[in-house]
Amino acid sequence: MEHVLEITDLKISTLRGKETVPLLDKVSLKVGRQQCLGIVGESGCGKSITASALLQLLPYPLSVTGGSAFFTASSQARMDLLTLPPKLMRGIRGREIAMIFQEPMTSLDPIFTIQQQMFEALHFHYPHMTHADRMDKSLSMLRKVNIPRPEQTLASYPHQLSGGQLQRIMIAIALMNNPRLLIADEPTTALDVTIQMQILELMNELKETNDASVIMITHDLGVIAETSQHVAVFYAGHIVEEAPVNELFHHPQHPYTKGLLQSISSLTGDSRQLYAIPGIVPPGGSWAAHCRFAARCSHASGRCLTDMPALTEAAPGHFCRCFLHSQEVEA
Amino acid sequence: MKNYIIRRVLMLVPILLGISIAIFLIMQLIPGDVVSGILGIEETPELRAMWEKKLGIDRPLVTQYLSWIGGVVRGDFGESFRTGAKVFPEILWRFSISAELAILACVVAWLIAFPLGILSALKRNSVIDRNVRVLALLGVSVPGFAFATLLILFMALVFGYYPPIKYVSLLENPLKNLEIMIFPAIVLGSSMAGSVMRMTRSSLLEVLRQDFIKAVRATGAPERVTIMRHAFRNASIPIVTLVGMQIGILMGGTVVIEQIFSIPGLGQYLLTGIFQRDFPIVQGTVLFMAVIYVLINLLVDILYTYIDPRITYS
Repeated sequence: MEHVLEITDLKISTLRGKETVPLLDKVSLKVGRQQCLGIVGESGCGKSITASALLQLLPYPLSVTGGSAFFTASSQARMDLLTLPPKLMRGIRGREIAMIFQEPMTSLDPIFTIQQQMFEALHFHYPHMTHADRMDKSLSMLRKVNIPRPEQTLASYPHQLSGGQLQRIMIAIALMNNPRLLIADEPTTALDVTIQMQILELMNELKETNDASVIMITHDLGVIAETSQHVAVFYAGHIVEEAPVNELFHHPQHPYTKGLLQSISSLTGDSRQLYAIPGIVPPGGSWAAHCRFAARCSHASGRCLTDMPALTEAAPGHFCRCFLHSQEVEA
Repeated sequence: MKNYIIRRVLMLVPILLGISIAIFLIMQLIPGDVVSGILGIEETPELRAMWEKKLGIDRPLVTQYLSWIGGVVRGDFGESFRTGAKVFPEILWRFSISAELAILACVVAWLIAFPLGILSALKRNSVIDRNVRVLALLGVSVPGFAFATLLILFMALVFGYYPPIKYVSLLENPLKNLEIMIFPAIVLGSSMAGSVMRMTRSSLLEVLRQDFIKAVRATGAPERVTIMRHAFRNASIPIVTLVGMQIGILMGGTVVIEQIFSIPGLGQYLLTGIFQRDFPIVQGTVLFMAVIYVLINLLVDILYTYIDPRITYS
């Protein structure tokens, strides 16, 4: 399969005083064309910084300390996003790779109208576009994301619109320049449940019509089920399980993934209490040298507390970082 | 908006009434009066009575106040006790000088404060940032009179340069005028620059942390656009508030600096009035300063609505 993005051994660190503290460790991922890769995990496991790193948007003092992320642009040129000079990077942002953020209410500039912000996003990449063309494009994008009364919306300021409308506008802005890759960082977390579904359907639809690939970052496996073809489960700064979506949902291997699946609330299921994985994600810098999930794992045994399991293929295309399923244990 | 402005301007009336009564009473409390200043050692009870009658200060306080405020309402601020000259034209002329000084001081302050403040925020915790912060601290904490004196001394001792003492108006000789105004403008401007620089830095840092800045960058915005169009404009509300207050104070003249550099501005006029117990001068000047201060505050409040659409007045 053709890959739009290939991340290899990505490492991200932060500075604490003079000390370098790792936040993300040897993450390798691939995103296929017109595919949606889901990245799932609890807060603080490194999902969002992975996305930021791809566009060189890591906040100070975080920085990429290793690895590569090769991206195939629409011109078929292949480039490493992590080492791209700033000037070229600006050409990629918004045009080749677009991003949607978690908080629609705070992700648009409060002092400019929607029109000014949409026009600006076009202007950065097509400075010679006429006013009429910009207007056409903006209106058609707003219609595409089902904004009622687009003309009126264009004249509005962000504070005059609802969260659901703003998230649609964010999506419209993100897709305006037909990006090859859309990174959605928790796009539905801040929205009402009723609107979540609409937004996800919209993204699925636009993926097809715009020939775009998507990286869907979320802590909600329900969102993954709706959108993704392939899933990577992050825990404490590395991947603990990776598989096609059906495989992952039907045959989860890692105890952490099983825990996540159990903690999905179900409207149709029995009325047992909602499951919660005990404990919290260890913060960067305090990771154990052995299995990082061992402290919260009900299956942890001797080896889990001394050695670090490798990411091994448990079934074809299904990788898992756990001694319970690695061949060494079975042997 | 229109109603709001009208209401704010109408609110000037009680404010000014209060100020006029306060300043009138305070002037009565200062020991000594204008007559003993005029007569000096030649004072006799007869001469004193004559002068008091001539200046109208033998009348009851209420009568004095009412006749003065009645004149003010008609645009007549009265005459100086000492010289007999009309106070209002003198205030206007001196205001033009103080306003010029204020504008020059702002230019100096902004030329220093905005570039350095922005740079300091962008290069947070760098060597540049640390130096800028020390500079800002100096600007805020060194008193104007000390800096002014040092500046004059420095220019005199090192370059043998003495700024001209005699005031020349801008229309007469712009270059000569600038030569007179530039040093007080630097002194006033650098103390303004300190606080504006700090405000720019902290306010910009605050905005740069917000989500939409990252979102703007993610659409492919050049750094210049991200910083100036989005971050700086969002950060400018507290800066405008601060600068508005500073201009309000400066426009009313600066007593000490005008005295040191012998600039015949409003501040100097006020000081002369106080020394000579020349009540019409003091009362007129203070009232005028209050009007300017209130109007500039109104202007700042109106400016907010242009910067931030979320702010509306009704």
